[in-house]
Amino acid sequence: MAEPKTKYDRQLRIWGEQGQEALEKSSICLLNCGPTGSETLKNLVLGGVGSVTVVDGSKLELGDLGNNFMVDESSVGQSKAKTVCAFLQELNDAVKAKFIEEHPEALIESNPSFFSQFTLVVATQLVEDSMVKLDKICRDANVMLIFARSYGLTGFVRISVKEHAVIESKPDHFLDDLRLNNPWPELRRFAETIDLDVADPVVHKHTPYVIILIKMAEEWAKSHGGTLPSTREDKKEFKDLIKARMIASDEDNYKEAMEASFKVFAPRGISPSLQQIINDSSSEVNSNSSEFWVMVAALKEFIANEGGGEVPLEGSIPDMTSSTELYVTLQKIYQAKAETDFLAMEQRVKKILKRIGRDPDSISKANIKSFCKNARKVKVCRYRLIEDEFNSPVQPELQKYLTDEDYSVAVGFYILLRSADRYAANYNSFPGQFDGEMDEDISRLKTIAVALLGDLGCNGSTLTEDLINEMCRYGAAELHAVAAFVGGIASQEVIKLITKQFVPMCGTFIFNGIDHKSQLLSL
Amino acid sequence: MTAATPSRSRDLDKLLLRPGHLVGPNFEPGPELREDIKEYVKVLVVGAGGLGCELLKDLALSGFRNLDVIDMDRIEVTNLNRQFLFRLEDVGKPKAEVAAKRVMERVGGVNIMSHFCRIEDKPLDFYSDFSIIVLGLDSIEARSYINAVACSFLEYDTDDNPREETVKPMVDGGTEGFKGHARIIMPGTTPCFECTIWLFPPQVKFPLCTLAETPRTAAHCIEYAHLIKWDEVHSGKTFDPDNPEHMQWVYSEAVKRAELFGIPGVTYSLTQGVVKNIIPAIASTNAIISAACALETLKIISGCSRTLTNYLTYNGVEGLHTKVTEFVRDRECLVCGPGVLIELDTSITLRKFIDLLEGHPGLLLSRVSVTHRGKNLYMQAPPVLEEMTRSNLDVPLFDLMDKIPKDIVHVNGMAGKGDKKQSCLRKLRVVFNGIDGVTDVDMAGGA
Repeated sequence: MAEPKTKYDRQLRIWGEQGQEALEKSSICLLNCGPTGSETLKNLVLGGVGSVTVVDGSKLELGDLGNNFMVDESSVGQSKAKTVCAFLQELNDAVKAKFIEEHPEALIESNPSFFSQFTLVVATQLVEDSMVKLDKICRDANVMLIFARSYGLTGFVRISVKEHAVIESKPDHFLDDLRLNNPWPELRRFAETIDLDVADPVVHKHTPYVIILIKMAEEWAKSHGGTLPSTREDKKEFKDLIKARMIASDEDNYKEAMEASFKVFAPRGISPSLQQIINDSSSEVNSNSSEFWVMVAALKEFIANEGGGEVPLEGSIPDMTSSTELYVTLQKIYQAKAETDFLAMEQRVKKILKRIGRDPDSISKANIKSFCKNARKVKVCRYRLIEDEFNSPVQPELQKYLTDEDYSVAVGFYILLRSADRYAANYNSFPGQFDGEMDEDISRLKTIAVALLGDLGCNGSTLTEDLINEMCRYGAAELHAVAAFVGGIASQEVIKLITKQFVPMCGTFIFNGIDHKSQLLSL
Repeated sequence: MTAATPSRSRDLDKLLLRPGHLVGPNFEPGPELREDIKEYVKVLVVGAGGLGCELLKDLALSGFRNLDVIDMDRIEVTNLNRQFLFRLEDVGKPKAEVAAKRVMERVGGVNIMSHFCRIEDKPLDFYSDFSIIVLGLDSIEARSYINAVACSFLEYDTDDNPREETVKPMVDGGTEGFKGHARIIMPGTTPCFECTIWLFPPQVKFPLCTLAETPRTAAHCIEYAHLIKWDEVHSGKTFDPDNPEHMQWVYSEAVKRAELFGIPGVTYSLTQGVVKNIIPAIASTNAIISAACALETLKIISGCSRTLTNYLTYNGVEGLHTKVTEFVRDRECLVCGPGVLIELDTSITLRKFIDLLEGHPGLLLSRVSVTHRGKNLYMQAPPVLEEMTRSNLDVPLFDLMDKIPKDIVHVNGMAGKGDKKQSCLRKLRVVFNGIDGVTDVDMAGGA
């Protein structure tokens, strides 16, 4: 393969070499290679995953030509898995593409250990019974699992992983870590060396806002008994004081200082979501704890001790109006503090590892450093077993969705998708799958949906006739555009799970192809 | 129950042949609908890149048989991580041609015409031929141009309602990293691209004095080498971002400058990113957005389901967020409104008319070409057409317009000031003074 770095340039700019390496090491298993499965894998093969294994026991039919791009006319009657696998291979010869001609349901029943060889399983178009069984197999084998289904103008995507911890969550907008509300001694001392009332106008307009705010906050504290601005009036007055220090109207640094003045009043300490992670019982580590939780345990100690209530400093600063010299010096001061914090964290990690009987050097410096840099942004996602969701969905949420206008179509589809599987279990076909008898199918589906709502503890809740009709009209059709959407979402989530970057979705994503008011249901 | 006979449209038939309750107002299910889509509907896909490749596949598998694709670019290695219709051996070939060929090879019965050219190179007639236009673009200027073209066909009736037969629907998609949008534009009913241009804020540029005097970041050093140093050293030679030697030069100059100021972080990859303003792109986001666009195209054309109203955003950075927003039209919009009103005397020549447009404060047009009902009255380019139409310049516009007292005229030119000029198309309502049947009262509501 020529120049993989160039080929992957546009995605390396998103997930970097580490993310790419994780993808290249991964092995993905696809169950059923209709358009939903084929499209999911297409996106992953293009991105350069290590290997893909396509499992499908069916033969290619004429109808498959109308909704799947990874097949062609000359393959009608042949193995669908073989055909799709060959076309996927064409997209990227760096990927190992394999196929197994077997029905996924049979494999789930007869050979559960088959799945343990994979990093992740993408299970498409499975019915409830098989989903529940596969979910248990993958959970026990510690294999990541994602379900995807396209059904008429609806469908769903659901991740099932016991726990997924993210260090590099890379949020779009996140407040920089400047500590203007709690500057450390070295930063304070540096600010002291700078005179805000310098006569030279060029120097005056190139004093970075970080310095302006630290000095102004200190001045304020001196004249207000050591406190910072807290009331709305205080804050306005503080801003006015900054404005009063301007000596020309074009001083961008003072404008930036006024805009950023809220950073001085921001509450100290850690966010509620980080607090929750620190309080999680997994942070009581033992010899089996993951690297992530060992580092969380170290973080907890750090915050309580040398951190003085704060996490390790991130160490980078945003661009701001400044002379080059002051900016670079400021950058070095932030980096030095981040390095000190990292060294303290590293010592704590080593001690903890030793205490739990593990090699104190088993977590790399690079990983600890990355954890420190992202400490404010770490995330933990957990997913219920699909069986638990099916048998006992979170009641208050379900009730809320059933009565909330914004959710009514999405939750309706959720109930009807599940009802369609019960229907199929009873009648050996999906409602409306074949022409004729549409009215009978509608009334049967309705009966099943009412019974399902009853089983879920929602007696009295109803679905609209329109939606039940619509579901029967779909007749389990797998439309290409819907499959491409659902498969696209599934592949996006797979990438997040494998690269351990960004935050995967939580809950069950219900696609609404009527008006695109899709929803995530937390059941 | 009867088992269906094998058919390629097994799945699509469920939607197109069966009646439904949550469908469009003009939905008439049945085999005729399916056949009409095959036979008579023509879809134009603008762009054969990340979105375009997906769109062609999605539309070809959504029952459309007559597709056209237009793109001026050639295939590059960096396209291969998402533009799945291209292979390494295709690098250097026109995207539109390869994309069309690959989809036709795979999907039987589909006919795709490819156009390897700029969108401005096609006459208005070309665009008027399509039932719907689907946009897979990465530039605001190109979106703006196609939007103006589609809106130029729009006519209003006397009650200011859009005439249905003149409405050219558009579906537009865009992506950046894990984020994207899909929207539908029904000129005259939903906001056009120009009505909501504020959704696309202009790119922020670094002030030159920062680059020259107080660089602080790696990007500042790169832009100094690219925008200032290059011209100092290579007098007269234009910088070509696609020339690796030029890029290498900028990179090494940026490194020197960064070292001088003690600024970390200049890499070759960042240099390319800053200079070419590279937007990160991946297969999955393109797949999601294109699929939404193709599905809306099918729904608009067939009525088989209600449609999106009218703007969908997708964000997969932190969890998964989709949101539908109903934007509203700008009634004063120059592009999708009834057109700028121009009142003229019958004696005004075409030359004078063009001068008038160049001085018109609402238009600010230069290099103006004029067409009326598909007829070229004056064309700036190509030279052959310019020569052919030059003699019209001294003829009164009224005569050139066959003495029609009130009609729509299309003008093409460059809009904007200084270095921000871009080609644009404007619809004008030209009214001649003092002709029977047109009174001042009639015009009162129009302006």
